[in-house]
Amino acid sequence: MKMLKSTLAVMTAAAALGLSSFAQAGATLDAVQKKGFVQCGVSDGLPGFSVPDAKGTIIGIDADVCRAVAAAVFGDATKVKFSQLNAKERFTALQSGEVDVLSRNTTWTSSRDAGMGLVFAGVTYYDGIGFLVNKKLGVSSAKELDGATICIQAGTTTELNVSDYFRANGLKYTPITFDTSDESAKSLESGRCDVLTSDKSQLYAQRSKLASPTDYVVLPETISKEPLGPVVRKGDEEWFAIVKWTLFAMLNAEEMGVTSKNVEAEAKSTKNPDVARMLGADGEYGKDLKLPKDWVVKIVKEVGNYGEVFERNLGKSTPLQIDRGLNALWNQGGIQYAPPVR
Amino acid sequence: MHNPPRGLSLSDPRVRAWLFQILTIIFVVGLGWYLFHNTQTNLQHRGITSGFDFLERSAGFGIAQHLIPYTESDSYARVFVIGLLNTLLVTFIGIVLATLLGFIIGVARLSPNWMINKLATVYVETFRNIPPLLQILFWYFAVFLTLPGPRGSININDTFFISNRGLNMPGASAAEGFWPFAVAVLLAIAAVVFMVRWANRRFEATGEPFHKFWAALGLLLVIPGLSVLLFGNPLSWELPELKGFNFAGGWVLIPELLALTLALTIYTAAFIAEIVRSGIRSVSHGQTEAARSLGLREGPTLRKVIIPQAMRVIIPPLTSQYLNLAKNSSLAAGIGYPEMVSLFAGTVLNQTGQAIEVIAITMSVYLAISISISLLMNWYNKRIALIER
Repeated sequence: MKMLKSTLAVMTAAAALGLSSFAQAGATLDAVQKKGFVQCGVSDGLPGFSVPDAKGTIIGIDADVCRAVAAAVFGDATKVKFSQLNAKERFTALQSGEVDVLSRNTTWTSSRDAGMGLVFAGVTYYDGIGFLVNKKLGVSSAKELDGATICIQAGTTTELNVSDYFRANGLKYTPITFDTSDESAKSLESGRCDVLTSDKSQLYAQRSKLASPTDYVVLPETISKEPLGPVVRKGDEEWFAIVKWTLFAMLNAEEMGVTSKNVEAEAKSTKNPDVARMLGADGEYGKDLKLPKDWVVKIVKEVGNYGEVFERNLGKSTPLQIDRGLNALWNQGGIQYAPPVR
Repeated sequence: MHNPPRGLSLSDPRVRAWLFQILTIIFVVGLGWYLFHNTQTNLQHRGITSGFDFLERSAGFGIAQHLIPYTESDSYARVFVIGLLNTLLVTFIGIVLATLLGFIIGVARLSPNWMINKLATVYVETFRNIPPLLQILFWYFAVFLTLPGPRGSININDTFFISNRGLNMPGASAAEGFWPFAVAVLLAIAAVVFMVRWANRRFEATGEPFHKFWAALGLLLVIPGLSVLLFGNPLSWELPELKGFNFAGGWVLIPELLALTLALTIYTAAFIAEIVRSGIRSVSHGQTEAARSLGLREGPTLRKVIIPQAMRVIIPPLTSQYLNLAKNSSLAAGIGYPEMVSLFAGTVLNQTGQAIEVIAITMSVYLAISISISLLMNWYNKRIALIER
């Protein structure tokens, strides 16, 4: 069923490319404002990034990036609709205009940035590929995986990076590629594969979904760079800037100590000129982006700053318990760094 | 012509016919050109690479099953061939097995034996009424993946091992006696063909029957057997061995292939059984009675009188079942078998982002496979058509 759906989606998208007229700068924002919501492409279910909760609301850091864009454009974070896409469907869905933003744990690479008519707006999460194995195998390093059978999700950079790693280390492996992460997890549990490989954040998420998570361990190696971030169509600089600066605003807010709790008070009474500019108390920086003056106030008020979003979805209080690590701010030992609003 | 030449007038039906045909052609060609041109423009404006250059770029990912040698540095074009071969493999095995099983069950449904008859009915009614994708998922996740792992595999005589990694079996490679053996087999086949022709001619001329089957079996055993005695073993066998995570050496049928082939065979066989039953039923009972009155026993009646006439009714719908099987093989994407759709229209599409080219190629492949099967079956249908004498 999944396959039928995804083939159908790709074919519709291809047909849409044939029938639709081409993109222009400003077209996306106009269209979004006219229809009254942001159409956001998210994953088919990855805890911490984008996954439906008990009520069917999509939660996770990727979903929150889309909510922040909606908050910036409409002043209302609920004006967003989600399309759940698997790895194979995602780019065609964005290329054809089915979604306005693709915020779906997608790795930023040169070929995706240049040859596909897409452009990455930033990095929401610095990730890297790792391996999840059953403790019973007694493996403690990826170097011991010679001859292993490996489950991978089809259409990802993981397929390429795993192959690179094994070739570089002169190891052999058998890849089994599935359409969805659920199928790969099921195959790991049944023992069809010795190893499940994916971005490390996903491995923790996958592990939390297994029947007995404690039987499985993530190996220490990180074999690749996987910067994940939101993607938009190329050729619409205005929309690109909005998505990019929404992300920057969340990072800047964290850096300046502006949170969803204190943002309204700060906007009225701040003495810090940086904060005043960012929150629209001084100057018209939102206008340049074709956004309301209080766009950052709305983002932080309705969604939170980057740190709040991270903790809520991935941090210590969640089942995933992921450290900030690389994703801490630049002045706190990480590499998350945003240019200033001014 | 008696008619005096007339001028071009819309009241002339021939002129109208031509006019409408020309308009239709202009419309179809125009629509095609519009779609093509608009797509090109859109691709260019969005900065999406188009064209078929990507086929030469190196793929860089591994593939679980490849019938031809493959390494990660090979091109996307080779990945395409691998996907195609994997699709053809499932289609071919599936068609052969489904036909055999379908014929057996179809005949069983007509059996006067109550037990056999009812069993066949239950089979048909069960399997043709469950969607094929569900059957594939059932065989894969509920049957093959619940088998024990390589270490606890079902060991058959230390040569065959069944586990959730598939069926591991000894692998053959050519040994010193391979070429003489190959020649001997060809000779034996040629001898059988000649023997059958001679026996048929003698039968037509004198009416004396000849034990063709036993003679053929003898020829096929004796000639290659002599070659083995004279030149040594044609093949050397390598046994699978448990090494590290998995079996090494020998050949392996991966569970994805087994689940897919089994599911498609069982599903399609249910339809073929019904086609066979209806074909046999279509031959009037008078034919059976006539054969009986000529003194033919039950076996020869079925083989020489009923089946040849039933085939004319069976072949056309059988062709559509073959086509369905070929197309249903694309459902394999659900269980990760690397065939055309999952490998090429899935992984390659996603790595290159060239949706239109990849989907166009994939569609043409299915079209080509289907048309080939169709042509072959039409040719066979013509050959066995009733020849009126």
